Amino acid sequence: MHLLDAVRLAFQTLRVQKLKSFFTLAGVTIGVMFLIAVVSIVEGMSSYMENDFVAKLIGVNTFQLRRFPMISDASESEWREWVRRPRITFDDAREVAAALPEEALWSVESSDNIPIESRFSRPRALEATAIDGDYFRIRNMEISLGRLISPQELTLGTRVAVIGEEIATRFFPRLNPIGRTLKVGGTSYEVIGVAAKQGSIFGMSMDRFVITSANAPLQRLVNPHNLIDGMKIKMPTTDGMFEARETVRQVMRGRHKLRPSQKDNFVMETSESALEFWRKIEGNLVIAGVILPAIALIVGAMVIMNIMLVAVSERTREIGIRKAIGAKYRDILAQFLVEATTLSIMGAAIGVALGIILSQTIAALSPLPAAVAPWSIVAGILVGAGVGVIAGVYPASRAARLDPIVALRAE
Amino acid sequence: MTPGATEISGPGDPGLSTTAERRIVIGDAGGAPDKEWVIVARGLTREYDMGGEIVRALRGVDIAIRRNEYVAIMGPSGSGKSTLMNLVGCLDTPTAGEYWLNGMLVSEMNDDELARIRNREIGFVFQTFNLLPRASALHNVELPLVYGGVPATERRKRAAEALDSVGLADRKNHRPNELSGGQRQRVAIARALVNRPSILLADEPTGNLDSTTSAEIMNVFEQLAASGQTVIMVTHEADIAAHAKRVVVLRDGMVESDDRREKFATRMNG
Repeated sequence: MHLLDAVRLAFQTLRVQKLKSFFTLAGVTIGVMFLIAVVSIVEGMSSYMENDFVAKLIGVNTFQLRRFPMISDASESEWREWVRRPRITFDDAREVAAALPEEALWSVESSDNIPIESRFSRPRALEATAIDGDYFRIRNMEISLGRLISPQELTLGTRVAVIGEEIATRFFPRLNPIGRTLKVGGTSYEVIGVAAKQGSIFGMSMDRFVITSANAPLQRLVNPHNLIDGMKIKMPTTDGMFEARETVRQVMRGRHKLRPSQKDNFVMETSESALEFWRKIEGNLVIAGVILPAIALIVGAMVIMNIMLVAVSERTREIGIRKAIGAKYRDILAQFLVEATTLSIMGAAIGVALGIILSQTIAALSPLPAAVAPWSIVAGILVGAGVGVIAGVYPASRAARLDPIVALRAE
Repeated sequence: MTPGATEISGPGDPGLSTTAERRIVIGDAGGAPDKEWVIVARGLTREYDMGGEIVRALRGVDIAIRRNEYVAIMGPSGSGKSTLMNLVGCLDTPTAGEYWLNGMLVSEMNDDELARIRNREIGFVFQTFNLLPRASALHNVELPLVYGGVPATERRKRAAEALDSVGLADRKNHRPNELSGGQRQRVAIARALVNRPSILLADEPTGNLDSTTSAEIMNVFEQLAASGQTVIMVTHEADIAAHAKRVVVLRDGMVESDDRREKFATRMNG
């Protein structure tokens, strides 16, 4: 018997037993659906993290000198060690900047939530950042209105501010904010620029910020005297970045008077090190995303095996007839194996469709991005086929081994 | 007179009632029989192990059937006729003895070889029809060709022809439950014939039919026998057996008598 005949036979049987087939499919469908959905969301988050999130926060060939990592899953004891570390100061930054090569870009920054208000809106505490150095060039910030803060203004601490798109619409609704006054922590600043819209990350707006000079009064509100949150250094090349990291390490170890045996009491985060943290989470998510559907698939396989065993005993006489008129061992084996596999591939196909719908729905209703990976569709179908084959082998071989005389006598 | 009947009454008359006479035709163990013998069984024995107890269903049956013969195998229940039918139909292999079908030593074959023989050499007709309930008449008739590896288009053509030959051309797409008993048995006959088998093997073919329909089906068998098809029919009804040209009677797993119909009828009446 040809494979095509076996497949046709399988579809015939499935058509006749629609309801039973549907229940049989359910396990595989659910398993594959969640496999596709979880993989899609993890993939979506992954590509988002790698392409957008980290690049927006840290940037290419850039590293960040901080007291402790910005993103981490630190343990209690690690935290206790971190909060005892000395903070980064303006003096540190100056010495580091002096040691860096000519082509290096650097910036210092400190942020906190500060009450902000304007004549057109009620006050609200939002993120305000005091900066110095090549901050705008490192962030690649583009302006949609007005201009950036000039180096002179940064040095002089002129009371001017660059604001994000969302701040502009909130505090200056339907108005041109340029030249207008924004009160940040009680001090008035003139808005000189609005940054181009950057969108959001996991539902967090990237357009909700106010930037002033680190020499302006804001600095006193976001950090105690002489302290900064961190320093960013950007090099033209990746190799340059690694060399610069060593330079910064030497300067900082010297300033913190560390003996050679002592570990660094500061961190230099690159986009890579932030991504490492993400990859750790991703690993766990993928494991969960594989184990949960796997359980559903095992249940699905058991259901299929059970249904196929019932089908074999229900159709014992049919098997006897087929054997009497010349069906060989492998004909009967193929018949039931193809039937089980067809069932589970159909279940998998429905699961793929539902999984795509599910992941798109999640992407639409939540900030989680979703990207359906083509390999996950192929994997879903293959897994479905595999489940069918595994679940079908035992019932099919039982059917194929039946003695035709005994089978013909069955009711 | 049918060609089959002429041969039977010829010099090599297989309707031989004594063991000694049958021996001459059947020949010695191991030797392939002449081409004219479609079935030769020598000392066919079948024992079953029923939980430690050996049940001897057949105890050395010798039988020879010529091509184009129409033979009935009779016997009361427990005589071993079902066991003999299973062996002749290649559904089972003997514990001892030889079974030659169409020049092939079937008794030595494995399951897959037996399946191939059943597919090519034997057409089964059962008491309970044994059609696939969910398949159309055409598909039922097609089935042996599916397992014979015949391409789909030819399969359909041959199945339609077979249905036509039993007068069911207009019932092709009906399912068994939409057909009468007689029609179902005709579908079964069409299925049995579609592969042009060496023997048509019928097991109580009228057991589930009323007398009118039985007569109809027996008529079909008679026509098939007349057209040169070898027909072997297993039955326990003497009047059904009387349709055959030759009657083999089994008792206690052995051949009790093997006669031409006329002789059998005389004995039954006398």
